[in-house]
Amino acid sequence: MELVEKTDQAQAELLKNFEEKINRGDAIEPKDKMPDAYRKHLIRQISQHAHSEVIGMQPEGNWITRAPSLRAKQILLAKIQDEGGHGLYLYSAAETLGISRDEMIQLLHSGKAKYSSIFNYPTLTWADIGAVGWLVDGAAIVNQVSLQRTSYGPYSRAMVRICKEESFHQRQGYEIMAKMMQGTKEQREMAQDAMNRLWWPSLMMFGPHDSESPRTSDAMKWRIKRHSNDELRQKFIDKTVQQAEVIGLTVPDKDLKWNEAKGHYDHGPIDWDEFYRVVNGNGPCNKQRMDHHIRVHNEGAWVREAAEAYRKKKENLN
Amino acid sequence: MNQQQALYKYCVGLGDDALIQSYRLSEWCRNAPILEEDLALTNFALDMTGRAQVLLSYAGKVEGAGRTDDDLAYRRAERQFYNHLIMELPNGDFAFTMARLLFTATYEYYFFTELKNSADHDLAAVAAKTVKEVKYHMAHATDWVLRLGDGTEESHNRMQKAVNELWMYTHELFATDPDVAMLRDGNIAVDLAVVKSAWLQFISRTLTEATLAVPADGYQQTGGAAGIHTEHMGHILSEMQYLQRAYPDATW
Repeated sequence: MELVEKTDQAQAELLKNFEEKINRGDAIEPKDKMPDAYRKHLIRQISQHAHSEVIGMQPEGNWITRAPSLRAKQILLAKIQDEGGHGLYLYSAAETLGISRDEMIQLLHSGKAKYSSIFNYPTLTWADIGAVGWLVDGAAIVNQVSLQRTSYGPYSRAMVRICKEESFHQRQGYEIMAKMMQGTKEQREMAQDAMNRLWWPSLMMFGPHDSESPRTSDAMKWRIKRHSNDELRQKFIDKTVQQAEVIGLTVPDKDLKWNEAKGHYDHGPIDWDEFYRVVNGNGPCNKQRMDHHIRVHNEGAWVREAAEAYRKKKENLN
Repeated sequence: MNQQQALYKYCVGLGDDALIQSYRLSEWCRNAPILEEDLALTNFALDMTGRAQVLLSYAGKVEGAGRTDDDLAYRRAERQFYNHLIMELPNGDFAFTMARLLFTATYEYYFFTELKNSADHDLAAVAAKTVKEVKYHMAHATDWVLRLGDGTEESHNRMQKAVNELWMYTHELFATDPDVAMLRDGNIAVDLAVVKSAWLQFISRTLTEATLAVPADGYQQTGGAAGIHTEHMGHILSEMQYLQRAYPDATW
């Protein structure tokens, strides 16, 4: 009994020190003591972020072989390569918390780990590649800029680097849309159609309204998250609506209007039924994305085994 | 064929090799056995697309008919492509792709090392840049051929099968014709005999180290220089050129 009390006391002390450190604005580093719940929250969030980068390679990769010019192909290849690189940094950041990349991939395959639901939507035309860069990366940046000051050091440093690259992607996506809006009638229709299909799912990327978001409070208290879902969503809407207007795209929201008093755009209701339906596995490409990842992973098993066997052989020789 | 036409064809052939090989490698993006390979192969595809862009743009200039790099990549028909057949073969498994990359990158390394001395300054400049890039492609492929050749029984068998299947497409890399001979006389084109001997030496050594057998020479496939391709080529072009062909008035 005495021992339990002592342990409880030690736990309370640990939590107190930890929270003081957070409140001072110090970064938490891998070897620092941290509450289990903090560690678990970070593993969940960072691995989800890493999986999103990797699964996101699928809808974009869908257009690599059909990119319409050599320049467009180079930009798209470089972008997808960046996304894969972000996946790598993030897996490494999560590994500092005591989980391996293999374990994270297993959790993804078993459905226990998630990835951003936006990648369950298909890229149907070349304009979708523009819209993904502009809207999806644009939404991701708003979130990631905020995460640059997240409390966990390795995550925060990964975000600083990732943000630099994402801002290129966002501009390149916007350039595709702008070019198409200056192009033929068919191109303009393609661009508007991509906007119509991807606008609402992009707003959903920020997650449920603050009043409905279950994990926000701990994440805010521990400064993993620095701004709420609704704050970030609003920031994204405000900057993107203006960009759409400049190139002549219509935002598919009849309730959208500038609110002079608030200094923000008001927007129409988000279809949360669709959000939860897709999050829970019933979107256009959920099955396809996961089947693809599992198939490729399994097909590559013999390569990974061979590399490991070769490494061991060489180690034994030395 | 006059010298200008021969030079156009020479540059287009080099550009097509890069373009088509890049197409195949880029198909690995999101399909590789580990994430690091998704990145590596995408990165090589990116190098090659850049090389294709410079070479096709130069070919357009040599031709003098106002065609751009994109016109040449996206608006030519199959019979006007001059890449080597080995570049267009489907990827197969990872062993097949790595064996091919070893063969082509080693060829390119020695080829562009020679082309650095070309009397054509534009080609010499492209060669100087390309040698640095393909050195990495070659090193990467060599590492994988060693790992897979001398890894597990399965990987060894897959690698040997790949090497055997690809062998009949390798000799075309060193085949010369009267047009190339004309450019050789002007010190523009590379002496392929020099490239072949360096290639064969490196490949034999690498395959042997990887515990793989060097195949015996048998029937050899050729046709790229005459624009006669495998059946795979038409499918590459129908996919690659889709948007440019479907929306001829659009700019992207």
